[in-house]
Amino acid sequence: MKMFTSSNRSVRMFVLGLSMAAFVQGPAMADVTAIAGAGATFPYPVYAKWAEAYAAKTGVKLNYQSIGSGGGIKQIVAKTVDFGASDAPLKPAALKKDGLMQFPTVMGGVVPVVNIPSVKAGELKLSPTVLANIYLGKISKWNDPAIADLNPGMKLPATAITVVHRSDGSGTTWIFTNYLSKVSAEWKNEVGNEKSVAWPAGVGGKGNEGVASYVSRIKGSIGYVEYAYALQNKMAHAKLQNAAGRFVDPDNNSFQAAAASADWAHADGFYMVLTDQPGDQSWPITGATFILVHTTQEKPATGSAVLRFFDWAYANGDKMASDLDYVPMPDSVVKLVEQAWTRQVLGPDGKTVYNSGM
Amino acid sequence: MLTRPERSASARPVVAEETGTSTSHLRRAGLRDKLFRGSTQVSAATVFLLVLAIVLSLAFGASLAFRKFGFGFFVSTDWNPVTEQFGAAAPIYGTLVTSIIAMLIGIPLSFGIALFITELAPAWLKRPIGTAVELLAAIPSIIYGMWGLFIFAPWFAELQPVIQEKLGSIPVIGSLFEGPPMGIGIFTAGLILAIMVVPFITAVMRDVFALVPTELRESAYGLGATTWEVVWNVVLPYTKVGVIGGVMLGLGRALGETMAVTFVIGNAQRISTSLFMPGNTISSALANEFTEAVGDTYTSSLLALGLILFMITFIVLAIARLLLGRVGGRV
Repeated sequence: MKMFTSSNRSVRMFVLGLSMAAFVQGPAMADVTAIAGAGATFPYPVYAKWAEAYAAKTGVKLNYQSIGSGGGIKQIVAKTVDFGASDAPLKPAALKKDGLMQFPTVMGGVVPVVNIPSVKAGELKLSPTVLANIYLGKISKWNDPAIADLNPGMKLPATAITVVHRSDGSGTTWIFTNYLSKVSAEWKNEVGNEKSVAWPAGVGGKGNEGVASYVSRIKGSIGYVEYAYALQNKMAHAKLQNAAGRFVDPDNNSFQAAAASADWAHADGFYMVLTDQPGDQSWPITGATFILVHTTQEKPATGSAVLRFFDWAYANGDKMASDLDYVPMPDSVVKLVEQAWTRQVLGPDGKTVYNSGM
Repeated sequence: MLTRPERSASARPVVAEETGTSTSHLRRAGLRDKLFRGSTQVSAATVFLLVLAIVLSLAFGASLAFRKFGFGFFVSTDWNPVTEQFGAAAPIYGTLVTSIIAMLIGIPLSFGIALFITELAPAWLKRPIGTAVELLAAIPSIIYGMWGLFIFAPWFAELQPVIQEKLGSIPVIGSLFEGPPMGIGIFTAGLILAIMVVPFITAVMRDVFALVPTELRESAYGLGATTWEVVWNVVLPYTKVGVIGGVMLGLGRALGETMAVTFVIGNAQRISTSLFMPGNTISSALANEFTEAVGDTYTSSLLALGLILFMITFIVLAIARLLLGRVGGRV
């Protein structure tokens, strides 16, 4: 029983997960029976699903706390978890400073949703400028000429627009404000791109569910939620005009189209934001979510177990991700990630921890 | 006559024996007493140390924000994580205004309930009303928040235009009720808080009203006083201290309430004249933003908010003490 002789942590994990440890198979994995991660809430459902399937197959349990990207970054920097998760990519300089590397796992889209009694899902068309001006508070009525011009023939009420945004800091807000900063100079200068910003207008709901419930309860409101929430709550989304000038609906195809045109190979440290991508079909507010690990693994066995989990998820988790309305990473990107693991994630001896002990 | 010396004679050895055992008993009791006293002292010191540790860690965490923004932190309404400019004016305003609304509605309501239970209700009705009030206190705050958002807010959104129509034309009061009818905002938060503080204030008021000696009450009735006169001139003066204590307990709860407020206040870092507009309180700002706060200034500003809430609560308690001291002195 290697388990008892290895590090304290493994013993602790053994005690914590006694029942699960009983199912450990294979001597190579015997010393790591649980890996711990923390961070973004957006990918939590798919990580949980993957973890369940992975534990059933290998006995290695994943404890993921969806405490938010900020918390995830803090915890991985403090080394209280084995990996962190963030919806917003860290800049290469920030990664270097804390000795981290990041890689994308799945993609998703952020969708504007509206509550106008006469308007059904996908009927309303919005342009980037109009969306930015609504969130800037410059367009305050639904029958504003700027909106009417985009929607000829549609009967728009004279009701006031209530802007709904996230009240808590979130990766969703980061992606949304990143998009608005790209399409509106005024937004970029006055508000900017962060996980929470000084909103010029509107009310804040806590979490996707908070925004979803405000939008469905306040007549004349507009909000932004993750695609899955818009689907599950049957909310009326708006069509958005993309960089190519086409009005597109949010769905897996348009998210994948946005991802396809991204040049991951030249993205230093996988710093890649998928908003406002070219392509006729591209949904303009698409984003990937990221995992953070230390480049120097003090406990190579644990580091190796983390990478093995995501390796398995890339290979076997696409279906599960799609079922939950996430978009899996293209194989070409996965290959790049695996190369980066081999090069960058090293044990104390300077050797890669990826594939070690397999 | 015979029994007396007999009794005293037989009593003496017993006394001697008792003193004999009681010295060792007393010694043991003394030791136990010392241990007991020591342990209570440790418990008391723990409370003191805990408070001190919390204040110190808050102050330490907040020091960066205070150094950076100075006094401006208290008066600035900026709250911009992008440019890292932070000011606490909006959440302080929201905290105070929601608590004031809660008190304005909660105190008269609790007073009425407590009076009805102790003075007016027939005996068979006292129990059910008392239990209902206690049940209100037992409901977790998130339930109030959900009820406020899902049930009350949509209904209130329908009512808001009516209020605006009736009051909108009055110069100053009208501006308090402007804005699109959303059903959520500062006023809704205050109202939900009022419902939440009612059981606390009521429970204390009912208990202290019940302490008024029956003689006092009945003498007043005997002199021909009406119920109102008895309450106003006998019951209230007698129970002032307790009533103020109950109110302060409620105020303390209103100031610190987090989840229920976060649901219905609208979470906007803004000060607006209208009570129907969204705002923010200190505790809901903390609940919303702590998880994703990255950067030292941001985190420090949030801790500074926590320290300010601590100070507000401390000031409220101090005022309560002061009032209680004065009132107590007069009684």
